[in-house]
Amino acid sequence: MNLHAVRAIYLFEMARTWRTLLQSIVSPVVSTSLYFVVFGAAIGSRIDHVEGVSYGTFIVPGLVMLSVLTQSITNASFGIYFPKFVGTIYEILSAPISYFEIVLGYVGAAATKSIILGLIILATAGLFVPLHIHHPIWMLTFLVLTAVTFSLFGFIIGIWADGFEKLQMIPMLVVTPLTFLGGSFYSVNMLPSGWRTVALLNPVVYLISGFRWSFYEIADVSVVLSIGMTAAFLVICLVMIGWIFRTGYRLKN
Amino acid sequence: MSSIISVANLSKTYGSGFKALKNVNLDIKRGEIFALLGPNGAGKTTLISIICGIANPSEGKVMVGGENIVTSWRKARSLIGLVPQELHTDAFESVWATVSFSRGLFGKPKNPAHIEKVLKDLSLWDKKDNKIITLSGGMKRRVMIAKALSHEPQILFLDEPTAGVDVELRKGMWEVVRGLQQSGVTIILTTHYIEEAEEMADRIGVINKGEIVLVEDKATLMQKLGKKRLTLHLASKLDTLPESLAHYKLDLCDNGATLVYDYDTKGERTGITSLLGDLRNAGVRFSDLDTTQSSLEDIFVDLVRTS
Repeated sequence: MNLHAVRAIYLFEMARTWRTLLQSIVSPVVSTSLYFVVFGAAIGSRIDHVEGVSYGTFIVPGLVMLSVLTQSITNASFGIYFPKFVGTIYEILSAPISYFEIVLGYVGAAATKSIILGLIILATAGLFVPLHIHHPIWMLTFLVLTAVTFSLFGFIIGIWADGFEKLQMIPMLVVTPLTFLGGSFYSVNMLPSGWRTVALLNPVVYLISGFRWSFYEIADVSVVLSIGMTAAFLVICLVMIGWIFRTGYRLKN
Repeated sequence: MSSIISVANLSKTYGSGFKALKNVNLDIKRGEIFALLGPNGAGKTTLISIICGIANPSEGKVMVGGENIVTSWRKARSLIGLVPQELHTDAFESVWATVSFSRGLFGKPKNPAHIEKVLKDLSLWDKKDNKIITLSGGMKRRVMIAKALSHEPQILFLDEPTAGVDVELRKGMWEVVRGLQQSGVTIILTTHYIEEAEEMADRIGVINKGEIVLVEDKATLMQKLGKKRLTLHLASKLDTLPESLAHYKLDLCDNGATLVYDYDTKGERTGITSLLGDLRNAGVRFSDLDTTQSSLEDIFVDLVRTS
């Protein structure tokens, strides 16, 4: 195991975060705070409790997930796409480093950033609404699992993308809508039964539901199902990455 | 001298069906400077990319330092430093950070003393804290060499190391390469500048259309294929060549003011003595003469044209 290489990639990626602090950390925190002001304080004050918790409190897990999902994808996809774009990927490919180690470095750094960001957003939320986390260990488990899974997904997008447009396309056109429709701001149970069935096809529902359960013990679907779906998505991403490296897809021609 | 790189029956066919390498066999000796010459698209970069692990071979076997690049890739790759043709750099990193990153990537623990030595050898020490984006093209090229040397490789690939570098810097780069050879590093360079190969290389390989056309010691190559040219500056202009000189294949140039005679140095007879005798008999007088050796460039152009 080339631990020096994993460490080099990890620290390189983390250094990029600190260098772009405004864009990486401050900007998501500001936009999440705006959600709290608009949905939590302004609109939320006119909404009754949802499943026993105030609306402002209800949306916290969904908002954290929204940021963690999008940031995991953005960080990981950009992390691997940029060396491809500027050509420095040659060094990674010619180094004595295995695919597993490359993924560990890039995805590890992207997931770390997302987890830090998720916790910062959680702390920010605590300034606006009272928070109580019933199952902190499960909360962290969901946070880490989601960050890792979506960083892997982001890594795949970064490999697949051959232009900045493609890099933006999946997060903008697929992930953000799925997250908004996945119960960030409402309970899927509030939907008419037909739409509820449609909503259950959205994988993000399971992530948000499980994450929200760890806070308030309220869930749209069973927790076991949430964990199972997250794990299934993780396995799908791992299989895809395995295939990418085995075939050299978009890396080695 | 033992081989440090051994390429056997190597072929590469791209997805488009283009055959970039066709059954290439090549041995690089330990400690030498090997220049790989070839026109654009000949397969130079593909060959280097396969040896370094950037591209997958379609067929054949490559051994680096006795290690198979496919089955023992970790050991093989750790012996190699690569300076690619394009200036690929992390624009916003400092010189020190990017060179240290490369060392880590190749599995070596931190060694600030070594990085310092590399940067000083390449005259980059006073730029160590500068962001790469602020450096000139020549300096960026040296940063890339520093990155390649950061993990103390035994083999250094320089793909067009002096492309776009001015004459002064190019000569500086040659000094660096010679210094590296003296420290025991084997160097493989590809170049468009024949002058560079002529100046630097111990051996020369010519690749064309994916095939190795020739591999030879530079001196032997120059001697074997080198032609000499005798130019005679005539005392008075000639309109036509005298009949008695027809069999010499002479060229009458400069409106009849000079006679040019090409001869082969490896031939048993150069024909110069009899030519000069026949010229005197024909009454052709000359005021001066000079001889020139054909350059590697002429040899290269000849080879590529005929292959």
